Amino acid sequence: MTFSSILIQLLNGLAAASSLFLVSAGLSLIFGVTRIVNFAHGSLYMLGLYGAYSLIELFGRTPLGFWSAVVLAALVVGLVGVLIELAVLRRIYRAPELFQLLATFAIVLIIKDIALFTWGAEDLVGPRAPGLSMAVEIMGKRVPAYDLLLIVIGPLVLAAIWLLLTRTRWGALVRAATQDREMVGALGVDQAKLFTSVFFVGAVLAGLGGALQIPREPANLELDLAVIADAFVVTVVGGLGSIGGAFLAAVIIGVAKAFCIGMGSVTWFGVEISFSKLTLVVEFLIMALVLVVRPYGLLGKPQAAQRVAAEPAPPFKVPSWGFALVWLALLVIVPWVTDRYAAILLTDIVCFALFSVSLHFIMGPAGMVSFGHAAYFGIGAYAAGLLLKRAGLPMEAALLIAPLIAGAFAIVYGWFCVRLSGVYLAMLTLAFAQISWSIVFQWDSVTGGSNGVFGVWPSPWLADKTVYYYLALALCGAGIAFLWRVMFSPFGYALRAGRDSPLRAEAIGIDLRRFQWAAFVLVGALAGLAGAVYAFSKGSISPSTISIAQSTDGLVMVLLGGVETLTGPVVGAAIFTWLRDVVARNTEFWRAVIGLVILLIVLLFPQGLVGGLKALVMRWREWPA
Amino acid sequence: MLTRNRLLAGTAALVAASLATLGLAGPAAAQAPIKIGELNSYKVFPAFLEPYKKGIELAVEEVNAAGGVLGRKIEVVSRDDNGNPGDAVRVAEELLSREGAAFLIGTFPSNVGLAVADFAKQRKVLFIAAEPLTDKIVWDSGNAYTYRLRTSTYMQTAMLIPDAAKLKKKRWAIVYPNYEYGQSATAAFKKLLKEKQPDVEFVIEQAPPLGKIDAGAVAQALADAKPDAIFSSLFGPDLAKFVREGQQRGLFKGVEVFNLLAGEPEYLDPLKEEAPEGWYVTGYPWSEIKTPEHTKFLNAYQAKFKDYPRLGSVVGYATVMSAAEAIKKAGSLDQAKLVAAMSGLTLMTPFGMIQYRPIDHQSTMGAYVGRIGVKDGKGVMKDWRFVDGKDALPSDADVQKMRPKN
Repeated sequence: MTFSSILIQLLNGLAAASSLFLVSAGLSLIFGVTRIVNFAHGSLYMLGLYGAYSLIELFGRTPLGFWSAVVLAALVVGLVGVLIELAVLRRIYRAPELFQLLATFAIVLIIKDIALFTWGAEDLVGPRAPGLSMAVEIMGKRVPAYDLLLIVIGPLVLAAIWLLLTRTRWGALVRAATQDREMVGALGVDQAKLFTSVFFVGAVLAGLGGALQIPREPANLELDLAVIADAFVVTVVGGLGSIGGAFLAAVIIGVAKAFCIGMGSVTWFGVEISFSKLTLVVEFLIMALVLVVRPYGLLGKPQAAQRVAAEPAPPFKVPSWGFALVWLALLVIVPWVTDRYAAILLTDIVCFALFSVSLHFIMGPAGMVSFGHAAYFGIGAYAAGLLLKRAGLPMEAALLIAPLIAGAFAIVYGWFCVRLSGVYLAMLTLAFAQISWSIVFQWDSVTGGSNGVFGVWPSPWLADKTVYYYLALALCGAGIAFLWRVMFSPFGYALRAGRDSPLRAEAIGIDLRRFQWAAFVLVGALAGLAGAVYAFSKGSISPSTISIAQSTDGLVMVLLGGVETLTGPVVGAAIFTWLRDVVARNTEFWRAVIGLVILLIVLLFPQGLVGGLKALVMRWREWPA
Repeated sequence: MLTRNRLLAGTAALVAASLATLGLAGPAAAQAPIKIGELNSYKVFPAFLEPYKKGIELAVEEVNAAGGVLGRKIEVVSRDDNGNPGDAVRVAEELLSREGAAFLIGTFPSNVGLAVADFAKQRKVLFIAAEPLTDKIVWDSGNAYTYRLRTSTYMQTAMLIPDAAKLKKKRWAIVYPNYEYGQSATAAFKKLLKEKQPDVEFVIEQAPPLGKIDAGAVAQALADAKPDAIFSSLFGPDLAKFVREGQQRGLFKGVEVFNLLAGEPEYLDPLKEEAPEGWYVTGYPWSEIKTPEHTKFLNAYQAKFKDYPRLGSVVGYATVMSAAEAIKKAGSLDQAKLVAAMSGLTLMTPFGMIQYRPIDHQSTMGAYVGRIGVKDGKGVMKDWRFVDGKDALPSDADVQKMRPKN
C-alpha cells in the first residue's frame, strides 16, 4: 500500500466507524442503565434507514428535505424505543437476568415483518445527500464528501453525549444509575422515567446511525442482524457503559476492516494470506484479543456489584421418577401411534433439548451466560461428519468421538472464558464461536466451506427414522439425565455456590475457576453430542450449525422454558421447535407470529413457561379449600 | 387434590392424544390434487422469492385450467426453509411424509440446494432444484434424483466470456461475495478467460462477506490496483453500495465492468437512475422480449398480478411447468418413472424450449446477456441477446469427468 492509499483507507475506516459508533453508543447507554441486552437495537437502526428513505421521498430531495428527514426519522425511532420500553420491557424488569433478551428477540422478529409489510421486499436505494453528492480530491484520489461529513459527525455526537452526561442533571442520574441503580432508586429518583428517557436517547442514536447511512446503504431487511453483532462487539470492546470507549472501539474496528480490505492478499514466507477474507471475522478477533488482555474492555470498569434485583433463584427440584417415566413412555409410544414425521420432528426436539439443557447448565447453576454455545453444537456436528467422511470411521464411532472433540475445544475456549464474568464472558464465548464459524466457513478443502459436508447418513441399521429417533432419544435423554444428576452432585453444588457467592465459595476452599472450567468442558462435550446426533439425522452439516442464529435459538429455548427450573429448557426447546414447525407452514409473516407468541409468553410468564406454570400450581394449592 | 405431577402427566397424555389425531389424517382420496412439495428461503431472500412465488401460482393456475395432469389437478405446497439446510431437510421430510407430496421442487441458496439434493438421493425421490446456481449440484455432487432448472454460475459466467475476451484487457480485478456462488463464479471466470487469453493478469481479488461489503474501502482497493477491467458477482444491497461508491470515487472511469446477475430486475431496478451504464451483465430485459412464448407469459402475469415479472417469476413458473410435464411424461407418480421422465425432458418456457440433459441433469435454460443502459430514470438492458444454455456448457467429456458415476 502506498502512503496515499493508506490515508484514504484510514478515512474510509473513520467514516464507517461513525455510524457504528452512534448505534453502539445507544446500546451502551441502554445497557449501562437498564442492564438490558437489547437485541432489537439493530432493528431500530434498520427502521432509521427505512424511515429516512420514506421521509426523504415525502419531503423532496433538497438539502432541507434530506436533513429534516434524517432528524425526524431518528426522533420517530426514538418514540418506537419508548413504545417498546413502556409496552414490554417495563413489565419485566424484575424477571430473572437476561429474560428481557427474550422479549427483545421477539421484537426483532416483529419489526422485521412489519418492515417487510410496510416497505416490501425490494432493496430501497436512497438518494445521495443533496449538495454533498460530489467527491473531494485528496492526494489524487477521490473521497465522497459525505464520508468526510460522517467523520466529523461522529466526534460531534460523542461531544454532545459527553456534555449531556456530565453537564446536565439527567446525565448525572444516568451516570449514577449506571453505577448503582438501586441506590439511585433509594434516593427517590423515579427509575421508570429515567429508564424510558434513556431508552429514548438510545433509540434516537440507533435511528440516527441508520438514517445517516441512507446515502451509503440501501434500506434492506438484513440490516438489523448485520448491525447488531457489530454493535455488541464495539460496545464490549470499548467497555460497557463507556461512551468514549465505544468511540475508540468503533474507530479501531472500522479502520481495521478498511485496512484488511486495503491490504488484499499478501504473501508472507510463501503463504498467501487473504486479508480481504479476514473481514468476515476481524471484529471478533479484535474482541477476543481485547477481552483476554483487558477483561472489562478498553475503557470499561469492573461492573459494580449488583444488589439483588430479583428474587434469588429458587433451588432446583428434580423431577420425580414417576413423572419422568410417564413422559419417557409417551415419547417412546408416539412414533407408534402417529405418522413418520412425528419421529422426525421429535428427533429435532430431543437434539435441541440436550443443546438447551447443556446451555442451561452453564447459565443457571454455573452462572456463566454463553452467547456462543453453538460453537460446541456445531463442532460436534462437524467432527461427526468429518470423522465419517474424511477419516472413514464407522458412523457409530464418529458419533461417540465427536463429543470428545467438542469437549477438547471447550477446554481451550473455556480456559479463557472463565477468567471473565457477566456480559464480557458471554461476549468472549460469542467471539470464539464466530472464530470457529469463520474457520469452518473458509476452510473449503476440509469443511466444505459455505456448502458444508454432505452424505453424513447413519449406518443402515439406523436408517429408519423411527429407529434413529430412538437412538437420539436414548443418547440425548441420557445426556440430559446425566447433567441433571451432576447438578446435584458435590460438583454441581460447588458451582452453585460459586454463582451465588464467589467470595464465600473461595473462602471455603473451592477453586472456583477450575470448577467453572470443568463445567465448560462438560457442557461443551454434551452440546457436541447433541450436534453429532443432529448431523446424522439431517445427512448434511452447514456452517449455520455454528452461527449466531443457532446460539440465539439456544438462549431463546432456555429463557422461554424458564432458567430457574430444571425442566424449563426441555420444554422451551420443544415449544420453540414445534412452534416454528407449525407457524412456518404459512410462509407469509410467520416470523411476526412467532414473535407475538413469544412476547405473550414473556408478558404472561416472566419466569418462563415452566416457572410460570409452577407458580400457578403453587398458588392453586395454597388457595384455601 | 390435583398434584403437580398429575397435572403434568395429564398434560402429557393430552399432547400425545392430539399428536395421535394429527397423524390419523386418512390417505388422500383418488381424485385429490397431486401435491408437489416446494421449499424455499422466503424470508431470507424475499426480493427474489416473492415474484418467484407468484410465478408458481400462475403456473399452477394454467396447468389446472388446462385440465391438470393424469386427470388430477396439481397443488404446490410451500414451506419456508429459513435458509438453513437443517430446517430444509426437516420440512422436506414433512412435505413427503405428512403432506404426501409426490416429489420436491425449490430452494435458493447453494448450501440448502445441495443439502436437499443429498436428501433426495438418500430418500430416493425426485428433486427439481429451481434456483441454486452452484455448479456442484449437477457436477461434483450430482446425483440420479436431482435435476436443476436455472442457468448455473458456470453457464452465466461462460456467457460473458466472449465479450470479455474480445476487449483484450490485460489487468483484471475481481470482487465477489464470499460464499459458494461468488467463489465458483470467480473460479470459472479465471479459468475460462485464461483459456481464451493466456496473457491475462488478475491483479486483485476482493471477497467481502455477503451482505456486509465495506463498499468504499473495496472500491478504493480496486482502484489502487489500476485494473483495465473488473469482474464482479455482487448482487442485492452489496451491488447497490458498490455501484454508488465506485461511481463517486471514479473507479469505473475507463474501466470495463462485468457483473453477473446485475441485469435481473430484482437487482437492477433498485438502482434506478444510478444504474451503471455500459456494464456487461446477465439478466432479464422483460419489457423487450417479443417471442410468442414470453409475450403469452408476460400478458398472463400482468393480468393476474398487476405487476411486471422479475426473473424469479420466470424461474418459479418454469419449475412448476417442468414438474407438471415430468408427471405427464412419466404417466404415474412412481419415483423411478418420474426420475426417468425428467431425463431428456423437453418443454416450453418463457425463455423458449429447454431440455433437462440426460448427461448431467442440467436444464438448457438460457439467459440474456447485454449491457446496462438508463432510460427514463430506470436501468434497462440494451444491445442484449439471448444465449441458449446448451451453448454455454462445457464439453460432454469434461462433464463426465466432473460428475460422479451414479
